[in-house]
Amino acid sequence: MRHIISILIENEAGALSRVAGLFSARGYNIESLNVAITEDPSLSRMTLVTRGNEQIVEQIVKQLNKLIDVVKLVDLAESPHIERELMMVKIKTTSHTRTEIRSLTEIFRGKVLDVTATTYVVEMTGPSEKLDAFVAAIDPDTIIEVVRSGPTGISRGENGLCL
Amino acid sequence: METDRLDTYRQNMFIEVSVELSGAQILVQSLKDEGVEYIFGYPGGAVLHLYDAIFQQDAVKHILVRHEQGATHAADGYARATGKPGVVLVTSGPGATNAVTGIATAYMDSIPMVIISGQVPSPVIGSDAFQEVDMVGITRPCVKHNFLVKDVTKLAETVKKAFYVATTGRPGPVVVDIPKDITDPHIKVPYKYPKKVSMRSYHPAVNGDKEQIKKAVELLLAAQKPVIYSGGGVVLGEASKELTEFSQLLGFPVTNTLMGLGDYPATDKQFIGMLGMHGTYEANMAMHESDLIIALGARFDDRVTGKLDLFCPYAKIIHIDIDPASISKTVKVDVPIVGEVKNVLEQMIDLLKDHKAKPQKKALEAWWRQIDQWRSLQCLEFDRESTLIKPQFVIEQLYAVTKGDAYVTSDVGQHQMWAAQYYKFDKPRRWINSGGLGTMGFGLPAAIGVKLAFPDADVACVTGEASIQMCIQELSTALQYKTPIKIINLNNRYMGMVRQWQEFSYESRYSHSYMDTIPEFVKLAEAYGHVGMRVERPEDVREVLEAAFALKDRTVFVDIITDRTENVYPMIEAGKGHHDMKLRVATGTSTDRELA
Ligand SMILES: Cc1cc2nc3c(=O)[nH]c(=O)nc-3n(C[C@H](O)[C@H](O)[C@H](O)COP(=O)(O)OP(=O)(O)OC[C@H]3O[C@@H](n4cnc5c(N)ncnc54)[C@H](O)[C@@H]3O)c2cc1C
Ligand SMILES: Cc1ncc(C[n+]2csc(CCOP(=O)(O)OP(=O)(O)O)c2C)c(N)n1
Ligand SMILES: [Mg+2]
Repeated sequence: MRHIISILIENEAGALSRVAGLFSARGYNIESLNVAITEDPSLSRMTLVTRGNEQIVEQIVKQLNKLIDVVKLVDLAESPHIERELMMVKIKTTSHTRTEIRSLTEIFRGKVLDVTATTYVVEMTGPSEKLDAFVAAIDPDTIIEVVRSGPTGISRGENGLCL
Repeated sequence: METDRLDTYRQNMFIEVSVELSGAQILVQSLKDEGVEYIFGYPGGAVLHLYDAIFQQDAVKHILVRHEQGATHAADGYARATGKPGVVLVTSGPGATNAVTGIATAYMDSIPMVIISGQVPSPVIGSDAFQEVDMVGITRPCVKHNFLVKDVTKLAETVKKAFYVATTGRPGPVVVDIPKDITDPHIKVPYKYPKKVSMRSYHPAVNGDKEQIKKAVELLLAAQKPVIYSGGGVVLGEASKELTEFSQLLGFPVTNTLMGLGDYPATDKQFIGMLGMHGTYEANMAMHESDLIIALGARFDDRVTGKLDLFCPYAKIIHIDIDPASISKTVKVDVPIVGEVKNVLEQMIDLLKDHKAKPQKKALEAWWRQIDQWRSLQCLEFDRESTLIKPQFVIEQLYAVTKGDAYVTSDVGQHQMWAAQYYKFDKPRRWINSGGLGTMGFGLPAAIGVKLAFPDADVACVTGEASIQMCIQELSTALQYKTPIKIINLNNRYMGMVRQWQEFSYESRYSHSYMDTIPEFVKLAEAYGHVGMRVERPEDVREVLEAAFALKDRTVFVDIITDRTENVYPMIEAGKGHHDMKLRVATGTSTDRELA
């Protein structure tokens, strides 16, 4: 099962490596991890995607909670939530392919951020599967690079992960 | 009037800020205010400011070890015997890395310690400066928490936090890494040691969930074949008294883990011995046949469970632990209770006393008959006629000579298991050994730490000729600080535990499990300024031990030449279940081996 764990953590040097170190030391897998400061500068918010059976994920959650720097966490997969990921793709273009890529971008509600004589940079946000679909729709030989943030998420409704 | 008030104000201000101290002084003063009695340490460049501050006071006593590993084990032994945090001070680089084994040892057994390490000056951190290692990075996986101090004004608060984290919840070692510039004697800042700290991200659980506790009590009262399985958490949580009352109220059999020995009086009839790999036949069989296990401050270690699929096949399990991560980690339990074991036991005792129902009398009588039958196998019996010294006999004699009231530290190997099996610990904190990491070299420095805490008590270090050589240099520390301990060296000229595994699993190919040269320990002890004694015949064991313990103010190294082929029984080999033990043959001398 895929789990998306959202963590509120002290914004201290080394906090990130405590989380990353925990995963490598205990052999848990991380599919993606992103982190940034919150509106309260003393706190960072981390979103971590992992996979494992119920028992492993239960241990992951307990071990994360045990880290002294972790203030709070929630497994977003347990309740209704929204996920978004940001992607930028640099694509080789020719006069023949430009229109096609532009219309594909529009269909996926992306934006062309940068244009040169031979390339486009396309920006897109959405659930990870949508980004996968976009990449799959493009001729792989034309893709120069793909940059993805990994998903971040937030729960629906009034509850929030805050102090 | 106005000026008067201003004066008072100034005076108050002055009192508030009058104590201006350097970082080095702040550290020492903080330790003093924390009530620290001893620090175990070793100097070096990065901590020279600190050592200068230590020199100028005598409230906190510094114990100079001979190797930083010794400092950590000594502080650890002190902590295990007293329940107070052990404190260590080491320099940066090699001093810090030498301390790591001892930090990991404390971490695995949840021992409260605060380790202060010097660090290179802040401006050069990260530049591969002389004696720089990333101590925070190196220790991250083997500490409860660690801090790098970046601002001298935060030093006192950080020290307070370190003690708070180390000693509360599930205890553990905490490292405070202090760059040299932070302790600069020329930079002085106001000092105030916080009385309390709170951390928004750290809230150890205390009270167990009431509903879960009620549920557990119902199960206890319905149990037909119950076992109480208690561990190191009962020692750490100071809950022996409650455990004893609880067990006697129910009349259930009690088994202890290696770390739990002393939780429950070993001489009481309800005690069925240690469980696990080298546990007694009756304890392991009872676990296997049980219909209800109540685990108290124990963490279902692999040495205890054996093969997980075969572990306690018929039992429901109640687990009380302060660390949620210990619960259902390896064995899924039916009634998890997160909380201080002392508090939870108190609640259970109250509920049991008020309850209309009583434990299942008939079923328990049958259960005890079954257990007594297992007991009658006398799984710990050994050859008493041998002309060689049997290690088990030595421990029995040690028990007799010290009247069962000594603090016993140990190293790691067969001797450790024999000490655990044959010295009957009636009180907690008397049995001091490295269980989780299994660190050879632990016993001697730990004994020094214990003796400092309890100068009037008998302190014995049960060791082997291989283990003792790992921190032998601490004999010198023992002389300097006049900590007269008794070293009981079960000298089998083998790394016996390794040899035993090689005998059982590698067709007796004894690959590097012995040394071609072993020092003359008597002379070695004398060279260090102590007394050495050597025993080679069973009939001399008692007398020599008595002579050794009679020398109240001398450290004595008793080198005992034991039967080198002796093995530890019972034994559950890897991949087996509790009911599948290797036992000693009834006649067994040195030919115990081919045996089912
Ligand atoms: C050579 C060798 C052989 C060994 N053979 C055996 C063997 O045969 N049998 C055996 O038992 N062990 C054996 N061990 C030891 C084994 O490796 C483990 O160290 C030991 O079993 C763990 O003991 P424990 O479960 O009591 O846990 P501990 O490591 O003592 O952990 C304590 C538990 O209690 C919890 N706790 C702490 N404080 C509190 C509190 N206040 N309230 C509630 N809970 C608390 C902690 O969270 C933790 O889960 C052997 C070790 C060696 C080196
Ligand atoms: C530092 C360290 N290195 C290696 C081991 C592996 N080991 C466990 S027991 C043992 C042999 C111990 O020999 P000795 O001290 O003579 O005790 P005996 O088993 O003979 O009683 C070894 C090498 C260990 N536990 N610790
Ligand atoms: Mg040996």
